[in-house]
Amino acid sequence: MKAIAARRNHRFAPVVLLALALLVTGGLYAAFAPSASSAQTPSASDVEIGSRLFQANCATCHGPDAAGRAEAPSLIGVGAASVDFQVATGRMPMQMNSPQAPAKPPQFDDEQVRQLAAYVASLAPGPAIPTAEQVDPELGDAANGMVLFRTNCAMCHGAAGKGGALTEGKYAPTLEGVEPRHIYEAMTTGPQSMPVFNDANLNPEEKRDIIAFLAEQERGAAGGAELGSIGPVAEGLWAWVVGIGLLIACAVWIGAKSS
Amino acid sequence: MSTAQRAAGGTADYLDQRTGVGLAVKSFARKIFPDHWSFMLGEIALYSFVVLIISGVFLTMFFVPSMGLITYQGAPASMNGLEMSEAFASTLHLSFDVTGGLLMRQIHHWAALVFMAAIVTHMMRVFFTGAFRKPRELNWVVGFVLMILGLAAGFTGYSLPDDVLSGNGLRITDGVVRAIPVLGSYMSFMIFGGEFPGEHIIPRLFTLHILVIPALILALVGLHLFMVVLHKHTHFPGPGRTEHNVVGFPLFPVYVAKAGGFFFIVFGVLALMGGTLSINPVWNYGPYDPSPVTAGAQPDWYMLFLEGALRLMPGAGMEPVIAGYTLSLNVIIPAMIIPGILFTALALYPFIEAFATGDKREHHLLDRPRNVPTRTAVGVAILTAFFVLILAGSNDIIATHFALSLNDISRFLRVMIFVAPILAFWITKRICLGLQRKDRELVLHGHETGRIVRFSHGEYIEVHKPLDEYERWLRVQHVPQRPLELLPAEDERGVRRKGYRRDAVRARVSRFFFEDRVEPVTPMELAAAHSHGDHDAIGSTTEGHQTPEISSGPERQVGQQVAEPAGGASGSRPGRSADAQDH
Repeated sequence: MKAIAARRNHRFAPVVLLALALLVTGGLYAAFAPSASSAQTPSASDVEIGSRLFQANCATCHGPDAAGRAEAPSLIGVGAASVDFQVATGRMPMQMNSPQAPAKPPQFDDEQVRQLAAYVASLAPGPAIPTAEQVDPELGDAANGMVLFRTNCAMCHGAAGKGGALTEGKYAPTLEGVEPRHIYEAMTTGPQSMPVFNDANLNPEEKRDIIAFLAEQERGAAGGAELGSIGPVAEGLWAWVVGIGLLIACAVWIGAKSS
Repeated sequence: MSTAQRAAGGTADYLDQRTGVGLAVKSFARKIFPDHWSFMLGEIALYSFVVLIISGVFLTMFFVPSMGLITYQGAPASMNGLEMSEAFASTLHLSFDVTGGLLMRQIHHWAALVFMAAIVTHMMRVFFTGAFRKPRELNWVVGFVLMILGLAAGFTGYSLPDDVLSGNGLRITDGVVRAIPVLGSYMSFMIFGGEFPGEHIIPRLFTLHILVIPALILALVGLHLFMVVLHKHTHFPGPGRTEHNVVGFPLFPVYVAKAGGFFFIVFGVLALMGGTLSINPVWNYGPYDPSPVTAGAQPDWYMLFLEGALRLMPGAGMEPVIAGYTLSLNVIIPAMIIPGILFTALALYPFIEAFATGDKREHHLLDRPRNVPTRTAVGVAILTAFFVLILAGSNDIIATHFALSLNDISRFLRVMIFVAPILAFWITKRICLGLQRKDRELVLHGHETGRIVRFSHGEYIEVHKPLDEYERWLRVQHVPQRPLELLPAEDERGVRRKGYRRDAVRARVSRFFFEDRVEPVTPMELAAAHSHGDHDAIGSTTEGHQTPEISSGPERQVGQQVAEPAGGASGSRPGRSADAQDH
């Protein structure tokens, strides 16, 4: 204790204190924060609060009865999965009119998202938020997921799921770092330009296989830095900038020693 | 004499008595090479090729060039239990099970990319400095063929792992071959041994990749280097450097050490890249299946311009049907005509320029790119077209990474493929002419010193410091090329002259090349500038300098048809701390 007291004026002391404070806050948050699996089935009050949130934040575009307007689609029957995907990834509320709503920091906390989803789900039946077991990558078959992914997903999202371009400024976003739950929801609801992969097209096990394949991709490249996993264009750029760049620098160094 | 020395001497003597190799080693060791970093670009290509052979030999020990189907068991998890060709399975086995296998594969692939990049950079150096002029035109052609062989080596090797990405590349090749009028379908069946993809293409590519193409490259590299030795190396203009000597260092010991050391640097950089940067992770794409195509499917960079041409080409209305046969102009133009134009222009350029200059002299002194504005501009225009096509080939990556619309990029580049080379030509030529004018200005008036002097009668002038003779020599040594004069169509008796048509074409080409030019300062101009420039002389004396004399050599006559360069540092001056070798 004496040793610590003696160092209380050390110049790294504030940094250490700050790190400790962050650790404690994070630990407490992790211990007490409600996890997705502990969320109960929505109660009547959830629907009520969700309705008020909807009127305040979404009704401007989607209409007070969620039936949609000229530019915004009807939300009747889109289900809780669609709300969870759009709002929890920050895509909705939309920042501005653009070819596509990009993912951004979410505007609502988990509780509010749940309440909004409960309200929209109460309007008409639709795809539900998947259970934790349905999206657990440990239970999926990555090899089967690979085959399914490249048949159904890779033409837009790229071979390694790092995204790709669509027409007129639209794009298939990267799947890196996307929560398994949201991947599943995107498949069942088909947000924005994405087609719907219903259970007749990809059954729930196959969806989980795809999630397992993507989790496998997150482990990183076997051969070193991934260079974005976007294929030969990035590799060519590195060959020119780093490869030829370094070698010409060395050639200049060797040639500069005389004349 | 120590035992080691005796042994070495004995061995050398033994060899010399039986082969007479001593003479060759002696003359070769005394071979002079000039020193400049840009002369080592070709070495990067050569050493990358050596690395390619070394790592390639390792890869052949484990790769199975077969399209027979098997079920793969093993790492990575995403490939476990899949049905795939033996070629793909052996690539996975090589990458995940063989010790050092993935490192070797990645070194091999990086070396291939750097090999082609070094060839292109080396070609640029040779092009922009005019090193392809007589007597080296044939060596330019050999180098050009080497570049084409490099493309072929890259293409055949890239397809060997039999993954989805390279399979898509083969599918495009198949499409291009089929677009050849009349013969296309037959040729496709010949290449693939039946309907695409067939079961023969991998073994066939393997034979080409590890036997035929490397053998041809090796032979042509030998010829290329032999011609370098035969012609002797070119050098940049400078003190003591003439058309009749080479100023530099002997091969032994200086260049053996420098070039030998550079090999290890190249190997080191490639090993570093192979060890730290992932390249072509085929397990991302999976074993070949003709149905899926992924986003971001592109070939390696040296083939990207072809991909770009195909992506840029509009499809609508480009497939006329003639007598029941479809002519696929939407493939023929981008995949055959455009690369045909680019490559033909590149291969024939030395002959086109020689036609324009009518110059039959040998050239061993390199040009400064600014002194040949049209050539430099043509080179930049070709590179610009190549670069626009590369951008077009990467259009989806550009769209996602710069948040642009794919359609806008394509529309923009469709215009740019015509406009950008012309713009690049014009801008480059203007820059070159501007730099030449700046050179003239410097030679005539010297460096600005920032020192302002006021005369007693009130005039202000800035003192200019005259160039020293080395600086001046660099700026005045070149011989200006003027457009060829066209002799009249008929001689004095009114008889039509033979070859007039050809001369007319030649005069027109020559005018295109050399009409706009800035000629170097002649001794007369320099003398005139200094005689009226009293104030400069004042500045010089105050600085403690002497007004430089205009030494015109004994053989130099001012007012000759071909203006002789001005300047004091004539060719007879021995190079500083360097050996000179006469031709």
